[in-house]
Order: sequence, then C-alpha cells, then structure tokens
Amino acid sequence: MDGLSPAIMPLAAPKAPGHWQVATVKSIKQETPQVKSFALELPKWMPHLPGQHYDIRLTAEDGYQAQRSYSIASSPLVEGEIELTIDLLADGEVSPYFHEVVMEGDQVEVRGPFASYFVWRGEEPALLLGGGSGVVPLMAMLRHRRRACPERQMHLVYSVRSAEGLIYADELGDETTVTYTRSAPARWSGHTGRIDAELVSGPASAAEVVFICGSNGFVESASRLAVDAGCDPSRIRTERFGPSG
Amino acid sequence: MSFVSRGFGGKRRVPEDLADRVPPGQYIEQGFPVLTAGPTPHIDPTAGEWSFRVDGMVAQEREWSWEEFHELEFEDVPCDIHCVTSWSKLGTRFRGVSVDALLEASEPLEAYATAYCFGGYTTNLAIEDLTDGKAWIVTEHEGEPLPRAHGGPARLLVPHLYFWKSAKWVAGLRVMDHDEPGFWEVNGYHNRGDPWKEERYWTD
Repeated sequence: MDGLSPAIMPLAAPKAPGHWQVATVKSIKQETPQVKSFALELPKWMPHLPGQHYDIRLTAEDGYQAQRSYSIASSPLVEGEIELTIDLLADGEVSPYFHEVVMEGDQVEVRGPFASYFVWRGEEPALLLGGGSGVVPLMAMLRHRRRACPERQMHLVYSVRSAEGLIYADELGDETTVTYTRSAPARWSGHTGRIDAELVSGPASAAEVVFICGSNGFVESASRLAVDAGCDPSRIRTERFGPSG
Repeated sequence: MSFVSRGFGGKRRVPEDLADRVPPGQYIEQGFPVLTAGPTPHIDPTAGEWSFRVDGMVAQEREWSWEEFHELEFEDVPCDIHCVTSWSKLGTRFRGVSVDALLEASEPLEAYATAYCFGGYTTNLAIEDLTDGKAWIVTEHEGEPLPRAHGGPARLLVPHLYFWKSAKWVAGLRVMDHDEPGFWEVNGYHNRGDPWKEERYWTD
C-alpha cells in the first residue's frame, strides 16, 4: 500500500456507516500503565477518516448495555482492522472492562466510523496539539501522513505529565515536540511545563489547519495560543475528552 | 439479544428508581462535561456585544439587547439533559426565557428554524421542537450566570433532544421554509436527535 497518492485517500465520510458488528480482538499493546491499544478485526471494515471514532457497546448476560465512543488511532491504510487506544478511568465501566477483562481473541460489538468534522483529509499542512490521551485521534493523522503523504507538513506538540504517561513513545519522530508538565526524564534537554507560545507560534505559521485534543483546560489554553499565533479561529478544530469511561 | 460480552457485569447501572429518566445507551454523569468543536467565543454582554434575534420568514423580525432581553419574563427550568456521547445529567436547573415568548413576538410563518451562534455554530430544529414549553434561551445554570465554557452568556436549551441541539453562545433563530442540516447534522449526526429513540447518527 505504500506510495499511494493522497488522491486515493478517502475524501468523504463513507455513506452508510453505523451498523453494529462483532469485532475480534487481534492484539493488545500496553502503551503505558494506564493506557492500552486494541487492534480489532472487523468483518465489515470500511476506510475511516483520520480523527473519526467508533462506538463500543458491551452487553451483560441480563441484557444490560453500556456504550462509549473511542477515537481511532490507526491509519485507514491499515485495511480490515482498526486500532482503539483506551485510557483506564477508575470509576468507568467500559475502560476497566477493556483493561482488566478483554484478552486477544475476545469479541466486542462496535459501530462506526462516525463524525466528519475533527478529521484530516490529507490535504492541508496541519498543526496537532495533544494533551495526554488526547493524542489518540492525532496519532491517526500522524500515522496516515507517514504512510500516505510524508511530504505534507505536519507537526505534533504533545503535552504529557511524565515519561511514564507517554503513549506511542517508540513512534514519535522529528515531527513531534514533547513537553513534560510534571516531571521530565533524567538528562531531558527538551521542553518542560505547560504548552506555551514558544511551542505553538513556530509550527502555527506553517499550518493551514489546527487540531487540538485533550482535557477541557488543555484545549482552552492551546486554542487561545493558536489564535494568538495568528491562526484563524475557523481553522481550529477541537475535541475535548470528557469523563466518559 | 444474542451477543453477550464475556465477563461484563456493568458497574454503572442506572438505579431502578431513575430508570425511566435515562434514555437507552446513556449513563448517569454527576459532572457537566464540556464538548465544543472550536475555540470558546468571548462575548461581553455588558459591553453591548450580545443580542438575540429572531429573523428569516417571520411576520416581524425582532432583536433584543442584553438589557431588553432581561425585561422579558424569566422562568426556572428544571430538567434532565442527554449528550450523544452517552452521558446524561439528571435534575439540573437552568433559568431563562421561553422560546414561545420570543416566537410569539415575531410570528414564524414557516415550520423550520436554524439556531445560529457566536463563533459560527448552527443547528436545525423544527418549530414544533421549539414551541409549547419545550425550549428556552437560558442565561443561568444552578443559580449562577451560565459559564462561558457552557455557552455563556446565553445558550439555547432543548432538553428533550440530544444536547448538541442546545446551541451554546446562541445569537438568534432564523425561521426557514425548509429544513437545513446544521453543523453536526452535516457531519454525521442525526437530523433530529431524539434520545429516547437513540437518534445519534445519520443511519439511526
């Protein structure tokens, strides 16, 4: 699939997503102590747009159901499967199930892909600002750019508390600037502290669209920094991670 | 029901006495999460930056300044709210002006409306979903001025539909002769959004 031109990437959301289907857990990766990624094989896979999400539905024996939405972390060029990265929320009911119960080979009900606003179609140079697990949908964009159009300008600023919480650590390359807000690793010479004008203003000048994802506080300050750096508010797309679990 | 998730018990079940207040697929959230598609607009109503309009296909276009709006009759709105991302918040309380009063003053001539907002957000509603005591323009939540993150100084409140219909930073209602899908409605979400029918996405 390498060498695909951007023209082959999906330019519009699929017409009829959304029917529940039973996926099989192909592999599980422990990203950090709090975060796992699940590769799910889908019988009725369709290409998604980087930034879209799937809904997951769990059903107990007595018929009780719980559902939540999770961002897709993988590129749509990975055919037949999707990767969902799930942050463990202690008082949740879906994320603890995934972390404590789900094993490879298990089946889970999913439907998607959904929502076509917080999506990158591969056309414009983009600045990605991610806080904590807010990096997940941005990773789908980063991975997709790497496979489909590495010449397209993209920069990720990734704010994380400590090295222990760094998701996708072994995949972050030159296009990524990490800042540690609580504690940096020994001998770290990069950025520390909250996201600031210095981190945003440089890459913002080259970007035609800005994607921001994280907690509400992170999104508020990051979007203010992007506006201050001269980005048109209508070109700033945000997604806030609420306390769903 | 055929599919069962191995080993799933359900830790956040809805208590039986609240079951008839929680739509299918929703769970009870005690907090008030913030979900917004873009930067938060900053509008200072005391500096004359805010007004509310009813325009489009109406007998009489109307516009209220912040001060004029506050001369209208306010009412408390106790309600349950339901977000499409699957949380519901029960027993919360807003305060504002009934949309009935605003529309009576301008007399809609057609059956559809678009709520438009500071920052550019839009959402579409049938006039039927805005009238008869079902919708308000609210400026207070739990006795306090509506926080900016939740749509302050004023948001539309339509509690019987998923909460994306309750447009934040609302600036007006435009009455139209046709139904024109708004921001989320063109981006994959259901055109009406009735939580009791689980109208979340286009195909529901």
